[in-house]
This record gives sequence, C-alpha cells and structure tokens, in this order.
Amino acid sequence: MNAEPAHKLEETAPAPKPAGVALENKLSMVVFSGDLDKLLAAMIIATGAAAMGMKVVMFFTFWGTAALRDAKKKVDGKDFMSKMFGWMLPKGRNALKLSQMHMGGMGTAMLKSLMKKKNAPTLDQLFDIAAQLGVEIKVCEMSMDLMGFKHEEIIDYPNIDYVGVATFLANSGKSSNQLFI
Amino acid sequence: MSDINAAKVLDLKGLPCPMPVVKMSQEIGSVNVGDVIEVHTTDPGSLSDFPAWAETSGNEVLDTEQGGEFIKIFVKRNS
Repeated sequence: MNAEPAHKLEETAPAPKPAGVALENKLSMVVFSGDLDKLLAAMIIATGAAAMGMKVVMFFTFWGTAALRDAKKKVDGKDFMSKMFGWMLPKGRNALKLSQMHMGGMGTAMLKSLMKKKNAPTLDQLFDIAAQLGVEIKVCEMSMDLMGFKHEEIIDYPNIDYVGVATFLANSGKSSNQLFI
Repeated sequence: MSDINAAKVLDLKGLPCPMPVVKMSQEIGSVNVGDVIEVHTTDPGSLSDFPAWAETSGNEVLDTEQGGEFIKIFVKRNS
C-alpha cells in the first residue's frame, strides 16, 4: 500500500462535495415551551411563514408536548408517575398559562379577553389555519415517553408524526430559517 | 385615488396579524395571473407585511393607499 504513487491517490479520492447543503425556503421550529404566550408566537410565525409560501415544520418537545394533548381524550393504563405528570401538566392548548403575569389565572384571563376584543386568532383557530396551510407537526417521542403521554391522547391533526432528534436535524439542516421557542 | 382595475376586492378589515397575509395567500389563487386584488385592511402592520409577503411569494404590491378609514393595498398576482 505504501508503494502506491501519490498521483494514484489523487485519482481515487472522491470528488469534493460542494460546501454546505442547498437551503430550502423552509422554517424549522422547535417548540420547547408550554406557555400560552410562547405557543401563540410560535403559531403566528408558523402560519405567517406558510402563508408566505415557506414549508413549515414544527417540532414539539418537552413542555411543548403538553400543549398537543386533547382535553377530550382519555387514556387508561398509565403507571403512577405518568398519572401524576398527566395531572400536573396542562391538558391541551386551552389550559396553558402565560409565562409572565399569570397572577393566579387573572393575567391569562385578561389576555384572552383582550385577544377576543381585538379579534386576534385563538390557538384553536391558529391550529386550524396551520392544518389548512400544510404546516407539519412532529412530536418528540422521547418527551412523550418521559411525560408519560400516549399517542392516543394527542390532538387530531392532518400532518402529525412522532420522531426523534435526527428528524429535526435532517429538516433544520436544509432550512433557511430555524427557531427555538 | 388609484386607477388600478381590481379583479377582486378582499375585505380584511378588523383582522390582526397574522390573518391578513394568511387570507391573502389563500385568496391569491382565486384570480388569474396578471390580475389585481384590492385588499382593505385596518392592520397597520400590513403596510410592511404585504410587500414582504409579495417578495417571498413572487407577487407584487402595485400601490398602497392610506388616509381613509382603512388601508387599501393593490396586489398583482405574478405567480
């Protein structure tokens, strides 16, 4: 092997890859928070981006997964810790609190009434619009497992998947825009 | 006053962000390429949002009118 001449090595070496990956007009967003205000911001950016013709993928992880629970769905067969988590964490997007000024529920109620007065879209409406515009939702399987959530208690959404970190990285690596909320 | 001939009037008055651009993106396909939609909005953010939306989506804002009870934005479908 050592006898191989230098020019031979050059010939067999693979062609250099072009620097970087071609970026798509795409938004990859991590929704880590389970706060009402932060989810509102995430949904407004996601629907806005989709309206601008961007592909949008939202990765819900950690506290964010609680926001995807369906308040109407009930699941059985959870162990004690999962039941405790299920009981302590918000049951769905309409049970979320503000990250600041919650004030025992008063601040959150005030914001909701202000939003209604100003005709701002609710989380329910934003999720509907996101579905219409083809926004993809991907849920971190590990967080689901950690919190003791089951797939059966997650909202019905046309474009929802359960994934791991590699799926996020494969998507974000090709995205022109990335956000962590 | 603008003398642009609009194929359609889109009433978005009273709708805050992000609804104006969301509705716009849903309605742009309802007119032919080259046609103009006249948008009526009360959201001041639309003044910068519509040109930004048009640039990204490959369409064009021809004209904007302010000063009345609402803002008029003339959007031409280019793609």
